[in-house]
Amino acid sequence: MVELLDGVIPPLLWRVLLIVLEVLAIVLPMLGIVAYLTYAERKVIGAIQLRKGPNVVGAFGLLQPLADGLKLFTKEMIIPTQANRGVFLLAPVLTFGLALAAWAVVPFDEGWVVADINVGVLYLFAISSLGVYGIIMSGWASNSRYAFLGGLRSAAQMVSYEVSMGFVLVSVLLMAGSLNISKVVEAQKEWGWFIVWQLPMFVVFVISALAETNRVPFDLPEAEAELVAGYNVEYSGMAFGMFFLGEYANMILMSGMTSILFLGGWLPPLSIAPFTWVPGIIWFALKISAILFFFLWARATFPRYRYDQLMRLGWKIFLPFTLLWLVLVAGALELTGKLPNMGG
Amino acid sequence: MEPWQLEYAPILIFFAIAGGVAVAALGASWLAGRQKPDSEKGAPYECGFDPFGDTRSKFDVRFYLVSILFIIFDLEVAFLFPWAVTLGKIGLFGFWSMIVFLAVLTVGFIYEWRKGALEWE
Repeated sequence: MVELLDGVIPPLLWRVLLIVLEVLAIVLPMLGIVAYLTYAERKVIGAIQLRKGPNVVGAFGLLQPLADGLKLFTKEMIIPTQANRGVFLLAPVLTFGLALAAWAVVPFDEGWVVADINVGVLYLFAISSLGVYGIIMSGWASNSRYAFLGGLRSAAQMVSYEVSMGFVLVSVLLMAGSLNISKVVEAQKEWGWFIVWQLPMFVVFVISALAETNRVPFDLPEAEAELVAGYNVEYSGMAFGMFFLGEYANMILMSGMTSILFLGGWLPPLSIAPFTWVPGIIWFALKISAILFFFLWARATFPRYRYDQLMRLGWKIFLPFTLLWLVLVAGALELTGKLPNMGG
Repeated sequence: MEPWQLEYAPILIFFAIAGGVAVAALGASWLAGRQKPDSEKGAPYECGFDPFGDTRSKFDVRFYLVSILFIIFDLEVAFLFPWAVTLGKIGLFGFWSMIVFLAVLTVGFIYEWRKGALEWE
């Protein structure tokens, strides 16, 4: 096929076309997965609370996400008269776009990655940090008190947990010795999954991921009882839908990051026969699903944190602890001479 | 094109497509839904009251404090990234240099803690 079209289409254009197809092969399934994550959430929480969850639209309610999407799609999109229109509309686009764009560097299997850049971990960290802009922009541009307070709270919460998340990343990188995500996964072939060595960091990372995505028990930005809906109170129709989908896409992204950093990405649990038959992408999907299930489980189980408790956990417990652990890991690696890229 | 440009070109394309999908969804929904704005719908939501005053008023200074602290520690993390990747090459000298740097920051952190900058009532 490639050879056949070689003369017809110039090579550069051909290359761009190929990348576009690759990107679409990630973005379009991702939209479907995000939609069905909302369905899974309602089903899981329903089961935990001994309810049935959605079961009317389609068999087992399987068409429910489509019905919801269609409803949001045809709703009126209200832009408050006092809002800054441009920023108001840019905020949901940014939130959703960033949640998708982060997948550019995520390897789904050995070599299955759109952009195999050598600073992939840094890229993921940067993109997940940028998420806070969408939220603070929506809070500011809405020109509504609830939205403003929700936006502020959310921004403070996200930056608080990002610091400890950074330390967690660094302590994983110490063992991996590379910022390239594929190499981080490869390193776990020799070490074994990093969760074995860095279990406390894994716990901190998962809890920080809950806080970063504003999920229960850290969903203070949208605490219904006090802030009605937080930063997205003024949004309706598809603009709201973008925030909603963005939040779920971020959940999937965070689960993906967790499985890459701690659970060996696409690697099977053991490198022996029955496990290695299963393709890597299946392992990756299974790991992501397990962490997503934990996210949903947490939502059905825990009550919401108070804001001062949330800040205390982030600054006074996670930050000193991750810093200490980081120094311990670096020291231990230095002492035992197990550091990657030793000598040279 | 240079090799590094080829490496990053997919990211640019990814951004364009992700942004395009988001804008297209918003735009199509704008056309699909019936838009009938009126002054009540366009007012900021405040539990049914007419809004009291302007939103852009004073807010708690602690939010500033948190973001300033964040900048300090995030910069620290930014320094740690290259250090962590090259630690095997820079040896014990590199290791202890970073420990001294972290110790200085820890002193600052303890000072903030004692001053109550991390309290939130």
